[in-house]
Amino acid sequence: MSSTSQAPRSPMAPPRSFFWSRRIFLTLLTGFVLVPVYVMVSSSLKPLADVTGKFRWLPSELTIRPYIDIWSTIPLARYFVNSLIVAGAATVCSVVIAVFAAYAVSRYDFRGKRVFTVTVLSTQMLPGILFLLPLFLIYVNIGNATGIALFGSRGGLILTYLTFSLPFSIWMLIGYFDSVPRDLDEAALVDGCGPLGALFRVVVPAAIPGIVAVAVYAFMTAWGEVLFASVMTNDTTRTLAVGLQGYSTLNNVYWNQIMAASLVVSVPVVAGFLLLQRYLVAGLTAGAVK
Amino acid sequence: MTTTAPAEADLHDSPSGAAERTPRFRRPGRLRRIGLPYLLLLPALILELLVHLVPMVMGMVMSFKELTQFYIRDWGAAPWAGLDNYKVSVDFDAPVGEALLRSFLITVAFTVLSVGLCWLIGTAAAIYLQDPFRGRGLLRALFLVPYALPVYAAVITWVFMFQHDNGLVNHVLHDQLGLTDKPSFWLIGDNSFVALLVVSVWKGWPFAFLIVMAGLQNIPKEQYEAAALDGAGMWQQIRRITLPSLRPVNQVLVLVLFLWTFNDFNTPYVLFGKTAPEAADLISVHIYQASFVTWNFGTGSAMSVLLLLFLLVVTGVYLLLTSRGRKTADV
Repeated sequence: MSSTSQAPRSPMAPPRSFFWSRRIFLTLLTGFVLVPVYVMVSSSLKPLADVTGKFRWLPSELTIRPYIDIWSTIPLARYFVNSLIVAGAATVCSVVIAVFAAYAVSRYDFRGKRVFTVTVLSTQMLPGILFLLPLFLIYVNIGNATGIALFGSRGGLILTYLTFSLPFSIWMLIGYFDSVPRDLDEAALVDGCGPLGALFRVVVPAAIPGIVAVAVYAFMTAWGEVLFASVMTNDTTRTLAVGLQGYSTLNNVYWNQIMAASLVVSVPVVAGFLLLQRYLVAGLTAGAVK
Repeated sequence: MTTTAPAEADLHDSPSGAAERTPRFRRPGRLRRIGLPYLLLLPALILELLVHLVPMVMGMVMSFKELTQFYIRDWGAAPWAGLDNYKVSVDFDAPVGEALLRSFLITVAFTVLSVGLCWLIGTAAAIYLQDPFRGRGLLRALFLVPYALPVYAAVITWVFMFQHDNGLVNHVLHDQLGLTDKPSFWLIGDNSFVALLVVSVWKGWPFAFLIVMAGLQNIPKEQYEAAALDGAGMWQQIRRITLPSLRPVNQVLVLVLFLWTFNDFNTPYVLFGKTAPEAADLISVHIYQASFVTWNFGTGSAMSVLLLLFLLVVTGVYLLLTSRGRKTADV
């Protein structure tokens, strides 16, 4: 209100120092961020001689050979499919389960609510290394007792990964659901929807940005995990995170192929992430950060 | 089971007779309402129990056992070791304890540096990108790329850049700038700590950037306008409004960064392989090696439990200190 009366003064121009420091800082940071990306892209287009000899900024010749060879040096397609199945299933399950849990915490008062949220969040603190071996033994024992193969199977990995993203997802969605006005789902309840109807017809549509953000996070977590993937997979179920190491265990290190493969496996996540980052920021703003 | 069954039945009956619905519906309805939140939580609860809590308790039990590869098939049969595993772990005069202590100290130094740098770069970038200018959207997307890249793809690129003979880092530092007498080794020896730190910061700062950026959007514009009317310049506005408003965000952000960095396994594992060089021997890889390479799971578990205790204490003290500071700041 008062700003309009003093129009000339109100949008105070930042001092010069702000602009030049911003330019210097952002230029340096852009360089730092871009150099590895450039190395990845340029090296993936180089012939093998360029990456085994001295580093060169520019390829001696451009070739797409690495992009053809990556599929035959290791069974990359199989790893890719495994990663897609594991990360996709873990994401879907994690999001659905987190939506239920966050809805309960956000909309109901019940005994043990605080204990639940604190316990779930504190699992973030657990060093993965502490439960790697016990989990491995549990999966083996479940397999022996029931015949459900969890160890070495995609199922076991899906189960593990979905719990990795669950705590953060629940936490973020609680904040997000809290920001959806209660009147909305109460109106739905009055209109004859059950509680689940209110959740899926009213609360979930209103919280789509938060849910997308959580899904992105869950997918990235599962797509990039190395420790459990290296212990809990075998030849047929191996995911990209472990499989990519196959390029360097041979006599020759095919750096051009490694870079090409890294790029190929990164494109889906990076593209998805950049497309959806708007939602992620909005989701964080409404949920976690509030 | 018996409590939910009548409620289900009533739900299906309810549209038929509105008159008799009210008296019959009340009791099961209440039971249903009480039971529903638990039902909604059940899947999350079961999974957390199966994958996190039960294994954690098992890990604690194992830490009191003499668990070697011979007992892996039937770990319950392994003989009890009492506190032996813990004694070995904290006997800092003996090789095992000494190595653990060194690994711990390296991890502390690494975590403090990495979290500090990530926070600093992320906050600065978020503040510089707060006001619109040409190319802002592009930079924002670009800055998120390191975070979006899968860990192994990003780290393996750095492995290539750090190669002794054909890497970019030596090419620039030695061949092009002439800063070093001869090409350095980055992935073995003392330099490996620097290499690990650079990769960790490169990968980690965009997360701080993302969170701070989200936090900035919750600061009301009126505050800046009021400050500008009072004659506060850009830098003063940042110091007096932006940074204090970010306090609650920072409280959580720094804690999360700390826990993730301290427990980080993926980065050192992809960077160095199964055995990390001494200078960059982070605790998670150290324990992994103690358990899976030397097949001594009892000692490995004891070390993990000690690590967990340390993290619990640090988190507790941190939350206590930061929330007290926040209260007094408000008064």
